[in-house]
Formats: sequence, structure tokens, C-alpha cells
Amino acid sequence: MSWEVVMGLEVHLQLATKSKIFSGAANQFGAEPNVQACAVDLGMPGMLPVLNSEAVRYAVMFGLAIDARLGTRSVFDRKNYFYPDLPKGYQVSQFFEPIVCEGEFEIPMEDGSLFPVRITRAHLEEDAGKSVHDAYTGQTGVDLNRAGTPLLEIVTEPDFRTAAQAVAYLKALHSLATYLGISDGNMAEGSMRCDINISLRPTGSDEFGTRTEIKNVNSFKFVEKAIAIETERQQDVLESGGTITQETRLYDADKNETRAMRSKEVANDYRYFPEPDLLPIIIDEEYIDAVRSALPELPRIKRARFISEYALSQYDAALLVDTPTLANYFETAATQSKAPKLTANWILGDLAGALNRDSLQIHQSPVSADSLAGLIVRIADDTLSSKLAKQVFEGLWQQEGTADAIIEARGLKQVTDTGALEAMVDQVIEDHPDQVTQYRAAEENKQKKLLGFFVGQVMKASKGQANPQLLNTLLVAKLRSS
Amino acid sequence: MALESLTSASATELASALQAGETSALELTEACFDAIAAHNPTINAVITLCEESALAEAKAADLQLSAGTAGPLTGIPLLHKDIFCTRNVATTCASKMLTNFIPPYDATVVSRLQAAGTVMLGKTNMDEFAMGSSTETSVFGVTRNPWNLNCVPGGSSGGAAAAVAAGFAPLSTGTDTGGSIRQPASLCGITGLKPTYGRVSRLGIIAFASSLDQAGPMTRTVEDAALMLQAMSGVDAGDSTSADLEVPDFTAGLNQPIAGLKIGIPKEYFSHNLDPRVAEKIHEALNALVKEGAELVDIELPHTEQGIATYYIIAPAEASTNLSRYDGVRFGHRCDNPLNLTDLYERSRSEGFGEEVQRRILVGTYALSAGFYDAYFKKAQQVRRLISEDFQKAFERCDVIAGPAAPGTAFELGAKSDDPLAMYLEDIYTLSVNLAGLPGLSIPAGLIDGMPVGLQLIGRSFDETTLLRMGHRFQLCTDHHQAKPTLAGVNP
Repeated sequence: MSWEVVMGLEVHLQLATKSKIFSGAANQFGAEPNVQACAVDLGMPGMLPVLNSEAVRYAVMFGLAIDARLGTRSVFDRKNYFYPDLPKGYQVSQFFEPIVCEGEFEIPMEDGSLFPVRITRAHLEEDAGKSVHDAYTGQTGVDLNRAGTPLLEIVTEPDFRTAAQAVAYLKALHSLATYLGISDGNMAEGSMRCDINISLRPTGSDEFGTRTEIKNVNSFKFVEKAIAIETERQQDVLESGGTITQETRLYDADKNETRAMRSKEVANDYRYFPEPDLLPIIIDEEYIDAVRSALPELPRIKRARFISEYALSQYDAALLVDTPTLANYFETAATQSKAPKLTANWILGDLAGALNRDSLQIHQSPVSADSLAGLIVRIADDTLSSKLAKQVFEGLWQQEGTADAIIEARGLKQVTDTGALEAMVDQVIEDHPDQVTQYRAAEENKQKKLLGFFVGQVMKASKGQANPQLLNTLLVAKLRSS
Repeated sequence: MALESLTSASATELASALQAGETSALELTEACFDAIAAHNPTINAVITLCEESALAEAKAADLQLSAGTAGPLTGIPLLHKDIFCTRNVATTCASKMLTNFIPPYDATVVSRLQAAGTVMLGKTNMDEFAMGSSTETSVFGVTRNPWNLNCVPGGSSGGAAAAVAAGFAPLSTGTDTGGSIRQPASLCGITGLKPTYGRVSRLGIIAFASSLDQAGPMTRTVEDAALMLQAMSGVDAGDSTSADLEVPDFTAGLNQPIAGLKIGIPKEYFSHNLDPRVAEKIHEALNALVKEGAELVDIELPHTEQGIATYYIIAPAEASTNLSRYDGVRFGHRCDNPLNLTDLYERSRSEGFGEEVQRRILVGTYALSAGFYDAYFKKAQQVRRLISEDFQKAFERCDVIAGPAAPGTAFELGAKSDDPLAMYLEDIYTLSVNLAGLPGLSIPAGLIDGMPVGLQLIGRSFDETTLLRMGHRFQLCTDHHQAKPTLAGVNP
């Protein structure tokens, strides 16, 4: 029997506000344990939450970016459960009336198609602290620095059928968050965490199977692996006549397996009810317009513009708009080089390769957009062959100066002077009479092979600087003529 | 000023004496501490004393008085209910859970009253976590009613009410979630005001039921209540539910006549639950107000009976989650040698919370549980809205609503301890005022068999001014508020 995988995702996105969602404590990653938690974050008696309006603005920005309906009146609720890293014994969240309601998000796929994902809702809530189990024997440490960090929990409909779609969605979400400047989206630091709801059904069926929820998967790679391994597990259970238990599972990256959390940890009745310490969030048209007018150019708009303005493929455009920094790099270089397609190829090819090799981000690139444009200009005007261009790029990477300076210093200029090249060709023909005879006697398809010998000889004489196309034309003409 | 007056005069009178140099803040403070030393061992109204800091504050107040920079409350001694967080001073909520809790911050009310120049003498006893109507559930033992030591002072602000009545301090803070200022004020023969929800900041007040809790003044006169409310009121950036409204001058209109004001009399407040002798006292009080020109109007508050059930779902529901933070992890009581996390939670909370608190946590947890939420909590919210609408409708026909503050006078210690429902009925006339968020004032209306009765006046939202004006008029034309317990049988 063949199976169809059905998945919905819940993403917790930490919002990059200066202070926490309900207190004035700093919202930063990496401080000493418990130094960034104030009396409110610690849930001290008598302390009250005060909503950070920036968190609301960020949520509204997100809602507008995915064309979602906004909850003009949204309400915070208490989600009650006991855990040592949850200081108040409840998490302030939005259950009944979220700030962002239905929306849609189009995800660019590798094959150039757009995959639409329906967003169910996105709501504001506070993050819990962290329990540290491995640092102490027989004891658990609690770090409350993270307690009260603003989160936007983004929930999708069960629209995903493949791991590739899920990962593409997460990457697009990451990109959008970076554009909006609402989150750094750093998965390794937990700024973006993903829960996967996953079930199987016989291909062709339109009923959903029983789902499991895989909690807190924290890298794109793990998302892919967790989906694969959980699909396999559910398939095994179903094909051996078993049934899937609706439960929460953990993905263990070390063992590459998912396993059920103890039922005690999940059989919670959260007893949601409206948080009486906070007023409802009311947002009106005026506020929404103000937020909308301050939105940056969104990835999907920029992507469309790159395609029409620079004649890029859907795929290249999607890659280039991934982050605002990369998109700006491209636009700067393309504008200066006046050769956008070539610029895109170099950025996504050699530059991306070199950055990857040295584990650098685009904003750390030793080759600036200006420098790269200088190189592209010399390729476009035939000064450099692609082979020479790679040498110049190496020089740029080593920060030896501008492309022109490197060409000059290394003497890399392509020989395009017909007279000079002709002289070299004549010399080579003269020096190798046997090979010339052989060439002339050969059949046409063999001639092509033999031509390589002459090309090599001229290249050697020109120290690799002969223009390959010109050289070819000259050689063929000369060899045929005499 | 005569020594006896120092412990029986109103804050307004004491302020005049201080301004006139007839006494000093230091002398006044010492007189209060003497009264506490003499009678508190029996009454047990005060559970923490701050003698050293109080004497220092009194000296600072005297300097202000002599420099001519004193305000109307400078140098006036004050007690705080032990639910208000006080920096570096134990704040226990009268619970074993918090006996070791010393907050590093002041409640907004505490810092505002300190800024007004009051002298903080200490902290008063209360029902544990403000859950009760008799001050019998305190881990520090019961507080006794100064009018009769065998009787309760009411609750939960019973320590505050008893202290003001017994001459320990002219002013005391209280909190009122379902009647916890007005009912003990009634039972101890003092003035107690629960302001409109949002009038006074809740920041730094240990939460019981967040949508109902409100702090207010407990005093010897309405005039003092106006003065004290003035210092306590106003928006607080730290409490999102505090009202961003301009605070009126509460003392300015006190002396205006009440002629033409309409007083609504809800028939539901004079039903079979009410001691007929109390009803009689209330009618006498109303007649006095009529003589001053007020007009009586019959009104209806048809959902009064449902108020009790509504309150006892909403308040415990909110309390059940407000009290979740007491888990033995960061502060408060922690059991010895916990075996594991669950054991830590279960034993810390079972040992730290008393019976009534545990009962309400259980009731509240149940009311919010999956499958019961719609039937209980949601339904209660709907009834709460109906109760609010009842009041709104009533206030179309009157300016103030009047009735008893409690169904009877102070009852004997232990009389209702084993019957929670009988205890809950103590708040029948007060708790719907909290559900509707309205201001309510309790003022002395005479004695029955030597025990005080309180008249309750309920006002429109944020209209404390009219309540205070009518209450003050009543105290100008009657002398019930001047009756003082003899403290017979109280040491020494």
C-alpha cells in the first residue's frame, strides 16, 4: 500500500524586541544564567505584566506580510501547568482570540513553482525559562533568562505532503522574519523552533489519520530527518496492523529516532482562561495603516521584481532574495556591472562556494559587491575568459585590490588582438608540420580532437591569455587554408 | 493633645494637631506603639511591627512639619495589611507559605502613602491569602474583635479593621475582593472604602483574584478615607488594569449637601438572609439621610442571589492560577527532602497552604477544567455581565445604592469555621459590587447589643466622590462613627 504523509507545522519564533514581552528586562541570548530575569519574569508575588507594544507591532507586521486577517481585538489567556522553568505556574499566551488569524504564504520551491501554505493563526506568548539537566548530577538547574521572551507561534493547516515542502516553508519563514527584522531566526540559539504534526493515510484517501506531534526540532536538517524517521515508524506500525497513538514525541538527533514523551508530561489540562492582569489588545485601521506603510519590500515582492527587472529565473530570484543583505549585494553588483544574469551566476556560484568553504555569511564576504561588479564588467567586455576570471576572483578574495588592478598586476589580460594571436598561430603551425599533415588528412570528427593539441600549444605560448573563441576561429581557418 | 485622643482621633484631627504643634509625629507614633503593646497581645491585629523605621519616619515627618513642607498626611501613623509588599519587611499574606518572604520592592500603594508622609507602624493580620470573612485562617492565629473578644473582626482585612477600632492606628490599608474591606469595617465599627476597580494600582499586592482585587482605605471617618484614597489613587504604568483617568479632589466636595440625591434601595438586600435588627438599623440610617434631603427609590438587583455562585467560581478560578507560583522552587515554603519534582510540589503546597486556600484552589481548578469550563467559568462570566447590567439599570434611577454591608453583626469565633457556605454568605451584599467593579463604602450605623452594624453605600463606576459626600454627610448628622469599644477585658 502506498501512503501519503500529511503534516502541519507550529513554529515558535522569538521576537527580537529590546525588552521582554511583559517586563523591562533585556531580551538577549547568551548572558550568565538568571541575570536577565526581573521580579516580573521570576513570578514574584504581587508582580504584574505590562505588554511590550513592540511585540504587538512585530506580530502585526507578520500578519500584514502574509495578508492575514488581523484580530482587531485579541486577548491573552493563561495556560496553566507546573514546571520549574515556568515561574508563575502558567504561561501567558493567546488561546481564544489570537492577534493574527487566517493567512496564506507562498513558498518558492526548487523547481521554480510556488507552493501555497495556509496559515491558521499566529499568536503572541511568553517563552518559558530553561531547565538544565546535564550540568548537575541528580539535580536540575533553572535558568530564567529566557522567561518572558516574546514568541510568535505560527500555526499552519495540514498542507505539507513532503519534507522538502516543510523545509522550504521554514526557510521562507526564516527569510520573511529576517526581512521584517522581527527575529534573528537563529535556530541553533532557539530563536526559531518547530513542532511537526504528522500523520499518514492511504494515498487517495481524504480522511486524516491519527497524528503525532514531534516537539522542538531545531534545525532544517533535523526537520528533514525527523519527518523521514517518523514516517517510517508510522508506516511500520500501520502496515503491521497496528494503530497510531495520538501523542507527543521527541526527536533524538543522536540516535535519529523519535520516542514518546512520558504520558504524564503530555496529559495536561491547561485550563485556559482569559488573563485578568492584561487588557485586550485593540488595533484599529489607523494603527494597521501605520505599520503597513513602514513595512520593508517583502521577499515575494522583491522576487517578482528581480524576475521582471533583471530577467532572472524564479529559482535564482528566490535564492537571491533569501536575506535582505544578499538581495542588496546582488542589486548593487548588478546595477554596476549592467550584467545581472552574469552577476547572479557569480554570486550563486563562485562567491557562494567560497563563502561556504570558509564558513562566512554574505555580510562577512571579503569581496564587496563593488569589487565583484568590477570583475563582471571585465568578463562582459571580453577582457577576461572565465578561466582568467576565476584567477582574478581569487585575487579579489585575497583582497589584492580591484579587478582591474589584479588584471594589471598579474598580467592576466586576455589576448584579443587578432594580429598578435595570428603570429602565435602561424608560429605553432610552422613548428609542428607533422601534426598539421595529420590534421589535414583526418576526417572531420577526428579533426576536432586534433585541434585541441594546437589550442594547447598557442595557450602555452600566450601564457593562457589567448581569447579561446578567437583562437579557435583563427586556428581552424589557418589549418584549412594552406 | 490629650493622650487618649492620640489613639482615638481621626487622621484629619491629628493632622490639625500636628500642624498646630499640639503634638508631634514622634509622640503620636509612640502613643500608637504603646496602644499596640498594651492590647495587641489579646487582639492580635498586628503581626509585624516596624518600630525602628517608624520612629525614623516620624522624626523625618516632624522636620517637614516644622519646615512647613508637610502635606495632609505627613506624620500620620498607618498600618498595612500583610498582603501589600513592603521592601525589606516580611510580607506573609498570613500564610505558612510566605512566612519567610521578604520582598525587595514596595507595592505602589505603599510607596505612594510613604511619599505622602505617613509613618508605617507595621503589618496587620488577615485571612490567609485574603480568603475568608473572619480572620480565623491566619497562620499567626485569630484576630479578636475589640468590641467583644469572643467574636471575629470579620475578614479578610480583619486585622486592619480591629487595629483602627482598637486605637492602634488612625489609618490602615485593606484589600477587598468580595467584601474584605467593607465587611470587617462593618463588624468593627469603622469606615472602609473599596474603590472602583482600577482606581488604585494592584502592583505589589499579592494577588487573590486579579479581576476583583482592589485596595482601599480603612479609617475612623469618611473624611479620612477621602484623604487616604487621594494619596492611593491614580494610574500606574506597572498595572495595566489601573485606570488612566484624572483623579478628582476627593475632599473638595465632601461638605456639599446631599439634597436631591436619590438613594436606591434594592429589595434583594433586605431578604430573609438579613438579621431583622440590622435591617432596622439600616432603615434608621436611611431616615437620617432622608432628613438631609436625600430621596429613597425602590430598585431591583435581580441577580443578587446568583452573585454568590458566580463569585465563588470566578474568584477561586483566578486564585487557583495566581497561587500556582508558590511551588517551593524559587521562594516561599519548601518541603524537606523532596523525593522528586512531584513530591516537591505536592508536599510544599500541602504544607504551605491552609485548608480554606486549598479548598479554593481545588474549586477553581475544577471550574476551569476541560469539559467544565463552559458550564462553570464561562457561565459565571455571563452572569457577571448580567450583574453589571443590573447595577447600570439601577443607576439610571438613583445616584447611590444603599443597604447593609453584612447580614449580621460579628459572630463568635469558630461559629462558621466548619461551614464554608455559611461563611461565604457573609459576603452576599458586598461581592456583587466587586463583580461589577463598583465602589462601595461601609460606615458605622449604630450598635446592636453593643456590636457595630455597617451601612453600605454603593456608587457608580469611578464616582467615589458622591459616595464620600453622602458618607461624610451621614457622619456630620450622626455620631455612630464616634462610638469606641471600651476594650473591656483587654490587657492590661
